[in-house]
Amino acid sequence: MSEKSSAFVPNPEYLLQVHQLKQYFPISTGFLKTTMLKAVDNVSFDIRRGETLGLVGESGCGKTTVGRSILYLYKPTDGEIWFDGKRLGDKASLQAFRRRAQMVFQDPYSSLNPRMTVADIVAEPIDVHHLCATRGEREERIHELMQLVGLNTEHATRYAHEFSGGQRQRIGIARALASRPEFIVCDEPVSALDVSIQAQVINMLEDLQKQLGLTYLFIAHDISVVKHISNRIAVMYLGHMMEMAASNELTRHPVHPYTISLMSAVPVPDPQQSRKQKRIVLQGDVPSPLRMPSGCPFRTRCSRATKACEESRPEMREVAPGHFVACHHL
Amino acid sequence: MSMLEVRDLHTSFFTPSGEVKAVNGLSFSLEKGKVLGIVGESGSGKSVTAYSILQILTSPGRIVSGSIRLHGDELVGKSEEEMRRIRGNKISIIFQDPMTSLNPTFTIGNQLREAILLHTDRNRQQADARAIEMLRLVGISEPEKRIHQYAYELSGGMRQRVMIAMALACEPDILIADEPTTALDVTIQAQILELMLQLQKELGMAIIMITHDMGVIASICDEVIVMYAGGVCERGTTDAIFYHPMHEYTRGLMRSIPDMNDDEKTRLVPISGTPIDLLHMPKGCPFSPRCDRAMKICLQEKPREYWVGHDHLSACWMNVKEGLCMTERPEEDPK
Repeated sequence: MSEKSSAFVPNPEYLLQVHQLKQYFPISTGFLKTTMLKAVDNVSFDIRRGETLGLVGESGCGKTTVGRSILYLYKPTDGEIWFDGKRLGDKASLQAFRRRAQMVFQDPYSSLNPRMTVADIVAEPIDVHHLCATRGEREERIHELMQLVGLNTEHATRYAHEFSGGQRQRIGIARALASRPEFIVCDEPVSALDVSIQAQVINMLEDLQKQLGLTYLFIAHDISVVKHISNRIAVMYLGHMMEMAASNELTRHPVHPYTISLMSAVPVPDPQQSRKQKRIVLQGDVPSPLRMPSGCPFRTRCSRATKACEESRPEMREVAPGHFVACHHL
Repeated sequence: MSMLEVRDLHTSFFTPSGEVKAVNGLSFSLEKGKVLGIVGESGSGKSVTAYSILQILTSPGRIVSGSIRLHGDELVGKSEEEMRRIRGNKISIIFQDPMTSLNPTFTIGNQLREAILLHTDRNRQQADARAIEMLRLVGISEPEKRIHQYAYELSGGMRQRVMIAMALACEPDILIADEPTTALDVTIQAQILELMLQLQKELGMAIIMITHDMGVIASICDEVIVMYAGGVCERGTTDAIFYHPMHEYTRGLMRSIPDMNDDEKTRLVPISGTPIDLLHMPKGCPFSPRCDRAMKICLQEKPREYWVGHDHLSACWMNVKEGLCMTERPEEDPK
């Protein structure tokens, strides 16, 4: 942790505050040569209690890394993470935090151990944190959790492969709820599911949030799903935060050129609207994060890029109450 | 006459646990220069339909019965050699995953050239020139350099462009696109869809677009087939399907997609139950176990397709009950 960033003052209104988070990975790029891959660079945001913050962006933009770094699955290179008024970092703070924060993974096939029964999968956090004193209590809690996510308790002794994708995702959610967390990182929880099943899981996540007072960081690439479930949305590109605003504001009135093109590229399930829709088709591909452009990371594909974009990296600025944008052209 | 006519196609997989009827009585036709969308969930039989047309099914799958006619010429029963002359030449396919459908041990140019040499009487030099021309057509910069590169050197969007170039190199009459943009990001998806539409107009081919994404269907298709459990729920023009869905499954699908224009964030209405188990198909309408409005007859008898509009067919007992069905194609849409 660097000394210079310790001036940050946490705001008790927020459950989670992330300040100037950096997550670099050393990549071997040749003989005795390593380059730093800046997966996440200077990302700051905060989440209120009971709120859902959506995190969108294309593959490789660092959204999953953000989710994992704030849970300390990776040790952040730099930056501060404050949870419920306490700064995370030392062992004691992490132990308590890991019970209170959980994760739901994208792939319901690879995130469940095929050798464990549903009961043991769901009970793993209970066992790790010693939350149940007796066997009977543990069993009761497993049944309670399974009912909570709409699984038949008679299936507790079955293995994950006996379930469909949607049911597996329910098992993953039950596991995340087992330690009675306050905060859950949902990393693409519905993108592997069919649309009809997707809606079931989305509704369930919304119900659980209300019922248990949960706070979500909802990571996904499907913008219509993120808009539906989130109060606010943050947009990432190449490890940087581009724009953050209330979800209706961000989808209706995006300001950053990247967000504008991202919104225009979303295929709308409405043929007439689709015909009228003006698509801003971005040219080229996302640059490699190993060869990050100077200045604004988006400038290589941006139609409004100028000299200023090349020279300096735009900072996040508040353009309207609660609407933050990192762009020079505002 | 239609370019492609599929009549009562049945394709099954004969597994140790029983016959899986992946495509169960599918009929449709495809006109020249049209984009036909096939939409459905996983296991609905949309990919197997594509594989059946090209006869690239792997064992234990095979076409049980039905007819597939290309320009009036029956494809079912053709020998492997005859089919080979059709694949890549008359009908091409792009697969979902551009990461695995290119051979990692050959250069891009090598793989493009193979198709051209096989189906046209160009020599090697001309084939190379054609490969470069195709790469340029699909918007790949510096194609002269790219043909010497391997798949791993290209990004996902680039690879899908190479796949499209390969599929179009012999100017097929029909391009089957099996979830071509599912593995890609939205901005890249927009590029690829735009490219496909532009090439379709330039080359005048027909496209069969297989997808689970209603948004993709709405943006590029003229006609849509909604599939469930290997059969057709309903089909018609894109506008008819989106604005007047006449099957409970289609209606359910529409309700379960979050609406980008909905700022109130109305609760989604999911389709209840779990996806169908093709080994244990219900006796009646395959959707009846999940249908909220299922009636007695739905559980007993499979509904046949009836006309419900000028360009609109649906297989749902609800329409029969409400007297919306016609056995003949109506002159115009009923009010």
